[in-house]
Amino acid sequence: MKISRADVEHVSRLARLALSDDELDALTHDMAAILDYVEQLNTLDTDDILPTSHAVPMENAFRADVIKPGLTPEEALSNAPDAAGTLFRVRRVIE
Amino acid sequence: MTMTSPDFTLAALREHLDKKDLSAVEVTRAYLERIAATNPALNTFITICEESAIGEAEAADKRIAAGDTQPLTGLPIAVKDIFSTRNVRTTCGSRILQNYRPPYDASVIDRLKKQNAVLLGKLNMDEFAMGSSNENSAYGPAKNPWDRTCVPGGSSGGSAASVAARQTAAALGTDTGGSVRQPAAHCGVVGLKPTYGRVSRYGVVAYASSLDQVGPVTRDVRDCALLLQAVAGYDPADSTSVDTPVPDYAATLEGDLQGLRIGLPDEYFIEGVDADVHQAVTAAVDRYRQLGAQVVPVSLPHTAYAVACYYLVATAEASSNLARYDGVRYGLRAEDAENLIDTYMKSRAAGFGTEVKRRIMLGTYALSSGYYDAYYLKAQKVRTLIRQDFLEAFNQVDVLLTPIAPTPAFQLGEKVADPLTMYLSDIFTIPVNLAGTCAISVPCGFAENGLPIGLQLIGKPFAEATILQAAYAFEQATDWHHRKPDLP
Amino acid sequence: MMQGYETVIGLEVHVQLTTRTKIFCGCATAFGQTPNSQTCPVCLGLPGALPVLNRKAVEDAIRTGLATNCQIAPRSIFARKNYFYPDLPKGYQISQFELPVCEHGWLEIEPEQGVGKRVGITRIHMEEDAGKLIHGDTPETAGYSMVDLNRACTPLLEIVSEPDMRSADEAIAYLKQLHQLVVYLDVCDGNLEEGNFRCDANVSVRPVGQRTFGTRTELKNINSFRFIKQAIEYEAERQVDLIEAGDKVIQETRLFDSTTGMTRSMRGKEEAHDYRYFPDPDLVPLVIDAAWIEAVRSTLPELPEAKRQRFVSQLGLSTYDAGVLAADRKLADYFDACAKASGDPKACANWIMGDLLRKLKETDTEIADAPVAATLLAGLLARIADNTISGKIAKTVFEKMWQSGQDADSIIAAEGLKQVTDSGAIEGLVDDVIAAHPGQVAEYRSGKDKLIGFFVGKVMQASQGKANPGLVNQLLKKKLAGGDD
Ligand SMILES: [Mg+2]
Ligand SMILES: [Zn+2]
Repeated sequence: MKISRADVEHVSRLARLALSDDELDALTHDMAAILDYVEQLNTLDTDDILPTSHAVPMENAFRADVIKPGLTPEEALSNAPDAAGTLFRVRRVIE
Repeated sequence: MTMTSPDFTLAALREHLDKKDLSAVEVTRAYLERIAATNPALNTFITICEESAIGEAEAADKRIAAGDTQPLTGLPIAVKDIFSTRNVRTTCGSRILQNYRPPYDASVIDRLKKQNAVLLGKLNMDEFAMGSSNENSAYGPAKNPWDRTCVPGGSSGGSAASVAARQTAAALGTDTGGSVRQPAAHCGVVGLKPTYGRVSRYGVVAYASSLDQVGPVTRDVRDCALLLQAVAGYDPADSTSVDTPVPDYAATLEGDLQGLRIGLPDEYFIEGVDADVHQAVTAAVDRYRQLGAQVVPVSLPHTAYAVACYYLVATAEASSNLARYDGVRYGLRAEDAENLIDTYMKSRAAGFGTEVKRRIMLGTYALSSGYYDAYYLKAQKVRTLIRQDFLEAFNQVDVLLTPIAPTPAFQLGEKVADPLTMYLSDIFTIPVNLAGTCAISVPCGFAENGLPIGLQLIGKPFAEATILQAAYAFEQATDWHHRKPDLP
Repeated sequence: MMQGYETVIGLEVHVQLTTRTKIFCGCATAFGQTPNSQTCPVCLGLPGALPVLNRKAVEDAIRTGLATNCQIAPRSIFARKNYFYPDLPKGYQISQFELPVCEHGWLEIEPEQGVGKRVGITRIHMEEDAGKLIHGDTPETAGYSMVDLNRACTPLLEIVSEPDMRSADEAIAYLKQLHQLVVYLDVCDGNLEEGNFRCDANVSVRPVGQRTFGTRTELKNINSFRFIKQAIEYEAERQVDLIEAGDKVIQETRLFDSTTGMTRSMRGKEEAHDYRYFPDPDLVPLVIDAAWIEAVRSTLPELPEAKRQRFVSQLGLSTYDAGVLAADRKLADYFDACAKASGDPKACANWIMGDLLRKLKETDTEIADAPVAATLLAGLLARIADNTISGKIAKTVFEKMWQSGQDADSIIAAEGLKQVTDSGAIEGLVDDVIAAHPGQVAEYRSGKDKLIGFFVGKVMQASQGKANPGLVNQLLKKKLAGGDD
């Protein structure tokens, strides 16, 4: 299952990345090569193997339901590209 | 004492400051001057904290005068530009965070500040820690102080190069697939990747959350123990932080190696390893035998699959971790967009570099509908096999000894065009991150062309004390760490 | 609904938990604060920030799972649901996917029309809420959307039912039952206007007798029970019309427009969703052992159904009264406290469902804030029972208790409302009344027994209501029988 240019375009929309035609060509080539390389994993039988999501076994990390001081609205918005009052502002979302 | 060219270990500076024959302000000024003089050639710092560093040094001097000295009080340290530093620009090597000033400190930065260490600045790195050469920085590559036509390694290239170039006494980096150890090896300094969960990740900009760890980059092994001591330990703000006591690393540093069992994994001594590297590592093995260690062959049979496994796991996590850079709350926003989706697509296109885009794309694909099982889940299962390899090897030996990288530092531009070749240069460091255990890189010689070579010692989970001890014994028996680059 | 078709409904309810802080950070969850005043690096999705799970949210999930007969998963996992939206700071929502915290439960429902049935609960999972988007309408904001992240990262339970409901009425009954339950459990404030309890409905239709399900549509975020009924009924009709016309129902998300009463497609040019779920590496598995489950179980309140049954079988209430009193946990608690203090559950029920509820409604007061607390009401009932005051005077006393917050005895004493039980004093009044109404006395004596009420009224009036009505009755009968004059 070789990745196609159309697949790459679809993924770029999922990832919200605008890509130029040249970038799409290059990525189609690079991703095909990398995916070809990772094919070697399929030579391993992993049917009875559990996946590892943390290399060090860990479970149950909690915090108590206690309010902790956070940021002021000014701090929260201090890096905002655009704001209105204490709100972040973006181009209108159309539904 | 001349201060025109500061050349101290943390331990030496500690003595000077404690004896008060140097002040933290004097030391800080000396390093800042050196950074100003050398940074144009080395490009190691993205941000230099001239003013705040002096202020911090003054506070440290007061604290020392008051007799309330902590191990790092007044010691100059620089950190990779991946650590959130309150009100200090944190770019992560990316255009997308060009003007981002976090309103908070990473937990490790908080620890350094509580001890009144002095933060000299923020160090160059591959964008979002994705890279092995520092060439993926939006701020241009840092250069290798041993040969400025060569890469310093990556992604913590600025961390290793700045320590090697005596721009700072020590640095912090992060290691996701070798990003502390490989540049340390390429720059002839010491770098340690702790066990996953040993050091808090809170406030460290995420690349691949299940692999990222913070690590010290230092001139020698004693400093490495000192800096690790300061940053290691449980942090309730990081759910993956492990609540296990931190041993006193300095206390066991000088133990002897009689009876230490060292394993040489067959899979790491293969064709394709540079002859100079092979020779240096083989000489190190002999040295360990002389020091009383028992050296035995072992096997880590799934090593060959590690790079493939890593590039699926890391990119999948990265694709999700980097979704937050959407130009809404912070970071670059494209102004020429037609609508909101267009804003996202153009902001991210303009803000991210080629390698970051490549990894986001690969990771998005690996998680996408219909491919999850074939790629991401498969990789997580192979990860189990790789981890088991290590656990089984550690039933036979205490430490594994390997090269850090197949070659010394390569030329700038040499591998840029071929991502897969670049990825494969991390083959000896990646498995450690997948297995979650700890490893140290320590200088073990020089190639014919004068570039440093690093030795990797891999320990059991949470056995940082063991690898520090083994590395220290080797370092004391050799003088590689005393050599320094001809500096500009 | 057209003859020959059946509607199939499954519901997904998002319940906002009552925790003081957010699910993965220490920010407050208070409603209606200054925009972005309850945020921190975690819920703003700042680079490097990491989530840590609120233990109370887990306990609320366990409570809800136990109360809905679910199995509590010994091990569950948080996953990332990846999509881009300006109200979603990290570009993913932390939710649960493959291993949710509760599964395989059910709820017994009793629709107003139709018969009782059991609705399966597929799963309950924990997740974080998104922030709030405000669409601009001022000169400064027109053409823009504004983002407030105070709500981002607030804990939610998503409760997913089986497609077990067959009419809008059943769906409403399920929702009301579930709403009552989560409020009872104190895991949710249940305020629909503030979005505490939000519902999506999956609706399909099929010919009666067909075993397989038809193609379903998902109706999003309908914020009142009435609209849910309208939306489901409209959607079912729409689907039947399509099928009858030979068209196909398209699987899609539709929005209900409450002004037109219709649903409309949300489908735009946007990429079909591919959420790319995977386990969140920033969080660790949630492991819940039997001891923890039992500890939570021991804190569960008596649930509405059990309460209703107890009110009927042990306290002797009618099914109707028991239903009204058990419907609201605070009301039921008030009743229980009052019944216990007074020893007369029926009288308590009458007073609560009569004067108390009326007064609460008139003054728009929450029962918890009622000036006449349960023990105070019991004190009043005791004075009726021991004949200190009459039932009629009691209403006056209740009114004064409500205004002053004082107990019944203080008011009775201060106002001199104590019933007159001294037969000498009453006898005088009786004599006066008989003397003043010779005509009625004659009629009574000639057999018009019903006039006794007239005489009692007159005596009570003369005593300003304080005479003991039993005693008055007794004396009147004796005297009118012509005994002693
Ligand atoms: Mg949901
Ligand atoms: Zn927060």
